[in-house]
This record gives sequence, structure tokens and C-alpha cells, in this order.
Amino acid sequence: MSNERRLSGRQKSERLAAYAFTSPAIILLIAFLVVPMCYTLYYSLFKYHIIRPDDMRFAGLDNYAKLFHDGNFWKALKNTAYFTVIVVPVQCALALGLALLVSKRFKGVAAFRTMYFGPQLTSMVVISVLWAVLYNSNPNTGLINSVLTGLGMEPVNFLTNEKTAMNSIIFMSAWQGAGYQMMIFLAGLQGIPSSLYEASSIDGASKLKQFLYITLPSLKGTVKYVIMITMIQAMKLFTQPYVMTQGGPKNATKTMVYYIYTQGFQKGNFGYACAIAAVFFVIVVAMSLILQKFTNEE
Amino acid sequence: MKSEKGGKDMKSSLQGSKRLGKFLFYAGNIVIGLIFVSPLIWMISASLKPEAKIFANMNSIATFFPVDPSLDNYFEVFRRINMANVFKNTLLYIGLILLFDLIVNSICGYALAKFSFKGRRLMLSFVAALMVLPMEALLLPLYIEMAQLGWVNTTRALVIPFIAKCFSIYMFYNFFSGVPNELLEAASIDGANPISTFFKIVMPISKTVYATVFILDFVAHWNDFMWPFLVMTGAETRTIQLAVQSFFSTSPVHYSAIMAALVVSAIPMIVMFVFMQKYYVEGIASSGIKG
Repeated sequence: MSNERRLSGRQKSERLAAYAFTSPAIILLIAFLVVPMCYTLYYSLFKYHIIRPDDMRFAGLDNYAKLFHDGNFWKALKNTAYFTVIVVPVQCALALGLALLVSKRFKGVAAFRTMYFGPQLTSMVVISVLWAVLYNSNPNTGLINSVLTGLGMEPVNFLTNEKTAMNSIIFMSAWQGAGYQMMIFLAGLQGIPSSLYEASSIDGASKLKQFLYITLPSLKGTVKYVIMITMIQAMKLFTQPYVMTQGGPKNATKTMVYYIYTQGFQKGNFGYACAIAAVFFVIVVAMSLILQKFTNEE
Repeated sequence: MKSEKGGKDMKSSLQGSKRLGKFLFYAGNIVIGLIFVSPLIWMISASLKPEAKIFANMNSIATFFPVDPSLDNYFEVFRRINMANVFKNTLLYIGLILLFDLIVNSICGYALAKFSFKGRRLMLSFVAALMVLPMEALLLPLYIEMAQLGWVNTTRALVIPFIAKCFSIYMFYNFFSGVPNELLEAASIDGANPISTFFKIVMPISKTVYATVFILDFVAHWNDFMWPFLVMTGAETRTIQLAVQSFFSTSPVHYSAIMAALVVSAIPMIVMFVFMQKYYVEGIASSGIKG
């Protein structure tokens, strides 16, 4: 009996310890994630301008109705979708290719891995500033255009032409980000037992067949995870267009997060910006759920 | 005889093609690797050249090499940006975040992994669900919260909202789930209570996970741009990324000095990478295996 009581005493102290250990994190998560999220939805139902905070009026779904007819919003949505749809496959394929190049042990492998990972050692702001200079449309000052003209091509107005601006940001982002995903793929590749390859090469399978029938299926979980994190990050695009193009030319690089910033922080339309943020939130969560479901069913 | 000779020929040609394959493999890696780092090499090279020279020789390989390297651009950067202050601001807020991050999230992850209590499963799914929540969707109310608390332009605005991190909790949770229960039972038989067991026995054997979370979050915050940009509006409270960005858009625009500023801002990351490479790479890699 005394033993039983001691046990329950231990359980009790464990329960107390559990609440003591979890409450700081949970309280902070509620205060700075859950509460602001609820307020985003709440403010989105109000006419709320930063200059007149006292004149906050309930507006129902007016902000959402306005959103529906706002060409700039659709443009931002389209730009974000375009960036995501292109950058995710490009960056993931590039990362997987790089990982395959350096997955085996050979002399100098560490140096090559570091080279491919190199762009990750600088921040997105640094990369954006650097590439804004590299992309300069004058071949005498822009490195990339000087290479192009050297090869006999016409110089390109990378960031000042609305047709090429977003693609230029995509190319740069894939270059910067691929090293990170490469590291994840590398770990995945190293988890594939080498006996699988040995058996199949005795059977005379080609490298391509090995890649299609051994490497890719074994990497399924890793690929899914990499696509997921790349996609969520892509949908949040802001820093690159802010530093490089200010959303231009002609809003060609204005993204959803950029539009939240423009409406909320530059124009002060807090209520309206919260409606954009709410739509953005729903899209991000929905996309992650769809991707999760889609890949789980396979 | 004949067949033997044929076998030899085949063997040597096989070796030849193997050698060629190896050569192509190296050549490919070197070319791709150089293309990959060439923008960074150009950045460093330009930072060491006088402004008048950085766009000379653009058509030749010489653009990647500083001929008469000088540190003048770096002096200009330190003259025009109060770097000591910028570094102090940045390291202070990141240091504070990391200090609290490592404590708060590790105890939470430990309790979720090792204690049995009511609400444990609920809390686990709560943490997992919040992981997909995009910060960008709640910047406006968070900003208003900061303004109401009077935290705009203070370090508190950069630190306090970002201490609890679902991802860190998950990393700790995963690691602590692997700690054998026998170890904890032995400690409790010796009379240690659950809290002191954690601090005296579990923490000292968990240096890897602390190092991993430390380096991942250090890098993430060193790159912080959008939130500091919104809440730190004063020149005195600027963090490193804000300083770099505003240097780029403030006249006089000296490209060579801008490149020097970019290099300076990357140095702490490179130092961190050199010393903590193992944990950093492992942290990135392990996040994928779990997912």
C-alpha cells in the first residue's frame, strides 16, 4: 500500500513537472502565434486604417469582396503561384542532381559539397544585393550580360523587363537555395543500402535504371519533405523582390506577402491587409494539407 | 588463347572507359562548382578593388581577380556604417533568443517525450499544427501587439515573440524520445525528482541536439529581414541585414564598398559554419529523415 502511494506521489510530481516544463513554450506560442492569427481573421472583418485606429468599423465581408475585385491582388496571387510552380521543381531537381554528384566518397568530395552549399552561407539580402548588381542590364557593369555579349548574344534587361524579372528572381533563388536541399537529399541517399545497387548491377541494370527503380523510390519520403519545405518557403517570397525590384516593373514581381506589406504597412489599410493575410494563410495551410494527403495516398 | 587475349582487350578498354568516366565526373563537378561559387568570388574580388576598377575587364577572367588588392572599401564601410553598433544589436538579440529558445523549447520537448500527463497528445498535435502557420500572415496584428506593448524599436520585439519555436520543440522531442527510460528510472530510484533528473542527467548527455538547434536557429535569425525591417525603424537599432539593405539603397552608391559590406555581413556565418559544420549539416539532414 505504501508502495502504491509512493507511485502515485511520483506520478503527481511528474505531472507537476510536465506542466512546469511545457507551460512557458505553450504560453508563448499562444501569445505570439495563436492570438495574432485570430486577430488577423478578426481585423479582416473591419474597416481599420492605421491613421484612425479609433474609427474601427465592422464591415463584415466587405474587405473580402473588395479583394475579389482588386486586380493588384490577383496579380500578386498569380505572381506567387508562378514563382512557386516554377521554383519548386527547378530547385528540387537541381538539389537532387547536386546530391547525386557528391553522394559517393571520392577525393575532394568535401570541397565540392562546400562549393554547392556556399551560397547558403550568405543571407537572402546579401544574395539579392549581389545579384541586383550582377543582373545589371549594361554589359559593361553587369557580369552576366558581359558574359552573354561575350558569347555573341544580346544583353538582357533582367530586372527591368516585366517578362524576365520574375524568372531572374527564380533563377537566383534556386541557385541560392539548392545547397540546403542537397544536404537533405545527401542524407537520404546515404540511407539507401548499397546492397540494393550491388544486386542490381550484377543483374546488369544501367545507371539510369538504378536511378529510376532504386534511388527515386527509396527517396520518396525525402522528396516529399523537400518539396513541402521548398513550397512553403516559396509562397512566402518577399525579400528578393523587395531588395531587387521593389515589386516592379509594373508589379511583375509583387507577391502576396509583398502586397500584405504594401497595403498594411505602406498604405496603412490594416483591415484590408489582414483580409489578404487571411487568404494567404488559408492558401498556405491548404497547399500543405493537399500535398500531405496527395503524397500519403500514393 | 584467342579468347584470353580478347578478354584482356575488353578489360583494358573497360578500364579506359572507367578512367574517362572518372575524368568527366571530376570535370563536371569542377565546372558546376565554379559556376556555383563564381558570383561569390566576384563579390569578394570586387570588394578588394577600387571603385574605378571593378567594372574594368568585365569581358575577361581577370574580373574574378583583384590585381592590386586593398582594404579601402572595408574602411569606407566602417566609416559609413556604425558596424560595432550593428553587430552589437544583432548578436545581442540573437544571443537572447537562443538562450531562451534552448531552455524553453528543450524542457517542453522533454516533457512531451518523457512525462505522462493529461493533455500530452493534445499538446503534441498543437505544436505540429502550428508548424505550418506562416509568420507572414500574422505580421500585422503582431506589429499592433508590439506597438501596444511599447516594444517597437526595442530588442524585446525581436526576441520575445520568437523564443518558442515548434520546430525546435520537435527536434528536442525527437532526440529525448531516444533517451532510454532505464536511465531516468535509475535516477528516480536514487530519489531524484523529474526536474532535477532532466537538468543533472539528461541535459549533460544531450549536447548534440543543443548544438544542432543552436546553429540552425542562429543561421535562421542571422538572415532575419522582414520582421526587423518592420519593427526596427531607427538607425540606432538596425540589425545587420537592415544595415546591408539600406547601405545598398543609400547614396553615394559605391559598388565596391557595397560588395565589402556584403562580405563583412557574411563573415560571422562563415565562422559559425567552420566551427559548427558537423552539427549544422546534421541538423539539416536529420530534419529530412524525420519528415
